[in-house]
Amino acid sequence: MPPSPARHTALPAAPGVGYKPQHYAQILDTPGPVRWLEIHAENYMGDGGRPLAQLRALAERFPISVHGVGLSIGGEAPLDAAHLARLEHLLGWLAPARFSEHLAWSTHDGAFLNDLLPLPYTDATLTRVVDHIDRVQEVLGRQMLLENPSSYLAFAESTWDEPAFLQEIARRSGCGLLLDVNNVFVSAVNLGFTPQSYIDAFPLDLVEELHIGGHDTDEDDHGAPLLIDSHGRAVADPVWALLDHTLARSGPKPVLIEWDTDVPDWPVLAEEARRAEEALARPRLAA
Amino acid sequence: MTQRAFHQALLDARRPVPPALTDGAGRPAGRRYAVYRNNVAVSLTEALASGFPACAALLGEANFARVAGRFLRQHPPATPVILHYGAQFPAFLDGLDGLARLPFLADVARLELALRRAYHAADAPPVAPEALAALSAPALSAARLRLAPAVQLVRAPWPIAEIRAYALGQTARKPQGGAQEVIVLRPGYDPAAHVLPARGHVFVSALQAGMALASASLQGGPGFDPTDTLALLLAHGAITRIDTGEPA
Repeated sequence: MPPSPARHTALPAAPGVGYKPQHYAQILDTPGPVRWLEIHAENYMGDGGRPLAQLRALAERFPISVHGVGLSIGGEAPLDAAHLARLEHLLGWLAPARFSEHLAWSTHDGAFLNDLLPLPYTDATLTRVVDHIDRVQEVLGRQMLLENPSSYLAFAESTWDEPAFLQEIARRSGCGLLLDVNNVFVSAVNLGFTPQSYIDAFPLDLVEELHIGGHDTDEDDHGAPLLIDSHGRAVADPVWALLDHTLARSGPKPVLIEWDTDVPDWPVLAEEARRAEEALARPRLAA
Repeated sequence: MTQRAFHQALLDARRPVPPALTDGAGRPAGRRYAVYRNNVAVSLTEALASGFPACAALLGEANFARVAGRFLRQHPPATPVILHYGAQFPAFLDGLDGLARLPFLADVARLELALRRAYHAADAPPVAPEALAALSAPALSAARLRLAPAVQLVRAPWPIAEIRAYALGQTARKPQGGAQEVIVLRPGYDPAAHVLPARGHVFVSALQAGMALASASLQGGPGFDPTDTLALLLAHGAITRIDTGEPA
């Protein structure tokens, strides 16, 4: 096992970016306003080679947030013990500042579907998710953060609204929350609610990380706008405005730019980070 | 509704969208559900295309998407570690009808899988290139060589290294020749495919199985000379330990 870097134990209330290997040299040479990095846990579950070598070097310089996309926290089946053990191994040697996962499911009947699938917000789901988070936090020996999803549809059986549901999960399990502001905007357009009201109802004191990213625009069967959480373009202006709205209430938090497909050259991503840095400065000016 | 119902309709577009899924106004979800169908199929197809780029180039985009679509429904990932996804893809291609024009496709897929495994294999510092030359003849015969975890062997009745390079546009030369024994080596972090001298495959397999150098050479059959293969292994950092049976 490689030696643990263990340099950085907290994320700063500053811009971070989702790490892409094509940016490796430039992140080290010209990070600009970028002060921390996020990696997807499952991309670093090989035995060795360049991915792990790069991650070790980056962790010497930057606080790292590990974002899992494979635990299937909302799955009906028990958690995958083998996958939890892989996470335990990664977090053990890397000792990242944060670990987060999604309010979603992705595995059924032994098949991993490589997407974050939606959950009905019911008491039964709540109990199951809390049980799974309890287990994750017990095995990993740390608090995890749970992220709000982007929604394209709703379940007729849901009895909770999403902010209250997440707040109750956090209260019962002791997990923290990761608030993806783009997801809030995408869900608000898709399901017809006001994104600012969602933010105002959200327990911002439990939020340890904010995410923003780009989305695509499509239409549903009735010609209504259907936004897709693609992470494939620049952050949209109304999402920047919603970030301002959030930061004005939450105060400065770590803000992550997510750009996962059609990944741009480093200067473009660094410019998005600069814009996040400006947004982070605003609430302090107003205070 | 159960995740089973949601899951079944995800991978089978002939099934109706599960009921009790709605838009924000209570109307049936309709093509909103298709976002998830699309995400699953597209993301796994992209994972296969990035893992098997030469196969994707040989089939062309539309054909590859069709083949990948069938594969991902029969063999969805068994774990969330997508960097390992597609281990059954070569065998799946073997069993696929309609590929008579590309009889070598499954073996090219085997080579691509070997390269990917090498990329993610555990690191292991190599011995110095002159380490073997320093041994006496008897010590050399009795030595057991430990090879790096990244070392992979692929044997095929086609010139798969050339076919792959041609498919990826790395060479303009049309692939020629017949059966090929290929070894994947990874000095540093970049794996590369090398064509082995004749019968090098059985020799390297014997080394990997822990045979002493002289015995492994005998596996190559009468007249087999391991010199070129050993030079290749040494030059590409593939030998990580020389066990002479003497206390170090």
